[in-house]
Amino acid sequence: MFDSLSDRLGGILDKLKRRGALTEADVGEAMREVRRALIEADVALDVVRSFTDKVRQRAVGVEVIKSVTPGQMVVKIVHDVLVETLGSDADPIDLNAPAPVPILMVGLQGSGKTTTTAKIAKRLTERGNRRVLMASLDTRRPAAMEQLATLGTQVEVNTLPIVPGQSAVQIAKRAMDAARFGNYDVVILDTAGRVTLDEALMAEVAEVKAITNPHEVLLVADSLTGQDAVNTAKAFDSRVSITGIVLTRADGDGRGGAALSMRAVTGKPIKLLGTGEKMDGLEDFDPQRVAGRILGMGDVVALVEKA
Amino acid sequence: ARTATSLTQGITDLVTKRKLDAETLEELEDLLIRADLGTATAARIVEAVGKGRHDKMIAPDEVKGLIASEVEEILGPVAKPFVPDAGQKPFVVLMVGVNGSGKTTTIGKLAAQWRSEGKRLTLAAGDTFRAAAIEQLKVWGARTGAHVVAREQGADAAGVAHDAITEARANGSDIVMIDTAGRLQNRTELMDELEKVVRVVKKLEPTAPHAVLLVLDATVGQNALNQVEVFARTAGVTGLVMTKLDGTARGGILVAIAQKYRLPIHLVGVGEGAEDLQPFSARDFSRAIAGLD
Ligand SMILES: Nc1nc2c(ncn2[C@@H]2O[C@H](COP(=O)(O)OP(=O)(O)OP(=O)(O)O)[C@@H](O)[C@H]2O)c(=O)[nH]1
Ligand SMILES: Nc1nc2c(ncn2[C@@H]2O[C@H](COP(=O)(O)OP(=O)(O)OP(=O)(O)O)[C@@H](O)[C@H]2O)c(=O)[nH]1
Ligand SMILES: [Mg+2]
Ligand SMILES: [Mg+2]
Repeated sequence: MFDSLSDRLGGILDKLKRRGALTEADVGEAMREVRRALIEADVALDVVRSFTDKVRQRAVGVEVIKSVTPGQMVVKIVHDVLVETLGSDADPIDLNAPAPVPILMVGLQGSGKTTTTAKIAKRLTERGNRRVLMASLDTRRPAAMEQLATLGTQVEVNTLPIVPGQSAVQIAKRAMDAARFGNYDVVILDTAGRVTLDEALMAEVAEVKAITNPHEVLLVADSLTGQDAVNTAKAFDSRVSITGIVLTRADGDGRGGAALSMRAVTGKPIKLLGTGEKMDGLEDFDPQRVAGRILGMGDVVALVEKA
Repeated sequence: ARTATSLTQGITDLVTKRKLDAETLEELEDLLIRADLGTATAARIVEAVGKGRHDKMIAPDEVKGLIASEVEEILGPVAKPFVPDAGQKPFVVLMVGVNGSGKTTTIGKLAAQWRSEGKRLTLAAGDTFRAAAIEQLKVWGARTGAHVVAREQGADAAGVAHDAITEARANGSDIVMIDTAGRLQNRTELMDELEKVVRVVKKLEPTAPHAVLLVLDATVGQNALNQVEVFARTAGVTGLVMTKLDGTARGGILVAIAQKYRLPIHLVGVGEGAEDLQPFSARDFSRAIAGLD
């Protein structure tokens, strides 16, 4: 359904049979296509703009190497800048703090917080050999606490006992106490989904943050998100200072431009990708792969890499 | 639907400062792109707005009105109330969509509405995969006084749908709503499973499902086009619901979807409560996109 960027740029740039350096005019025309491709990949418009400026600066005057076309050359530069912007090295969850290390999960409704909480707990238990406690602070969604409890049983990680009638803040305090007394290494706090316009709920999550002092605050967001990615990322970051982003539903066939948008507006690393409903569907973020997705290609980059 | 503050501000600035020239139109296009209409749809609307008006001085509200009416022209024909056919008893509704879009909650909201109209309802807990999905539907059943048919987690979804229709016939239900597990449309094995649910329902009642509602989350970007395409092909979607319009997302992809697929748009979700469901209004939605109240 989408043309890959290399096909599109091919149409424009490969007419230029001449060789030599890319001119301002070549690059300018190419950037119009790059802009369109990025918007179709759901990269937020303002981010597209600063991104194409960066690429333009980098590309003008670059010598086109013999074995590739000018179009392929531009794609390679776009790809490189994309990978740089996404963050070149993997940035794992940081547990370098006194135990129990609190991790706070936040995000919009239905983004995948509860599922990701259990996936991370499983990973830290199995790979990191940590004692993890999970707690649901979701007092709103029907059966939210039962959902986390069921997942806890599935991944064999303890969950805080459910006490009906407590507020999110009360549960958070109880979770911290239980984690301390129970000698847990990590306590993961799953929160209810909230829209960022809901002042009462944003205040609630800020209060939870204030009393638990989490070492990681992870924004869980859907990788199929469109232009709203910037609003959501900015709003959560300004309210609870996120330390990283988890993008779920990376197993979908979306182009995933939200990754670039959220990274660019917050400067916070994308730490993990959710790649399925099942508990093993969690992967380290790989900027190369995500960049190839956003551009709808991967082959050309490999080709230029070899040249 | 709400006003997009930044959009309003943007249009006001750009029109009070200049006339309707090429640059202004381009900025107008950007504003539509920010609402997720996509490049092609945004370009088409802006072209229509600019037609015959190049370089005219034009008041801010006039531009907003023009955008709203172009969008409304696309959405008007597909805005259709969701009314179950009383001639079908039970009227069978199948709820489908990607993960977390709001299927189960929308069933709860519809149940609340129809129960208040005195209808008898049976809900099928067809999401047998997700942890506590069955409990979630049961809570909605208890809240609204709808009968819930469920099997254990991991059971065959088509079997649950079958049981629910059989029970609904026996208990004289007017409407059956079948919840399904969220699934991404590129996951073939899961789409096959959905196809099977439809097949089993049809075997029991050839005219059913009478409605297949695809639930879209307002935050979704261009991938929604693909969702509509594949769910329509697999499950025979008859109409759309858009949830989470109470957030900052505008849901503009609906405009592109309306142009391409012409599927009816029935309902919008504006919150998590039972009452937070409204009929889709082309006028309100278009005005929100254009930044008018
Ligand atoms: N395909 C896929 N589905 C996912 C992924 N992560 C979560 N899900 C599904 O997305 C849906 C919502 O996930 P939840 O974990 O309940 O989301 P949440 O953010 O806790 O939702 P609320 O608590 O209601 O705000 C469920 O159907 C999950 O199975 C993922 O990486 N891929
Ligand atoms: N703000 C807001 N939240 C909504 C709306 N509709 C649903 N939600 C919330 O979105 C989350 C997911 O809703 P569900 O109804 O569980 O979604 P689903 O499609 O059944 O999810 P899966 O079964 O996991 O695929 C829940 O937290 C709901 O309360 C809405 O219109 N506005
Ligand atoms: Mg949750
Ligand atoms: Mg559900």
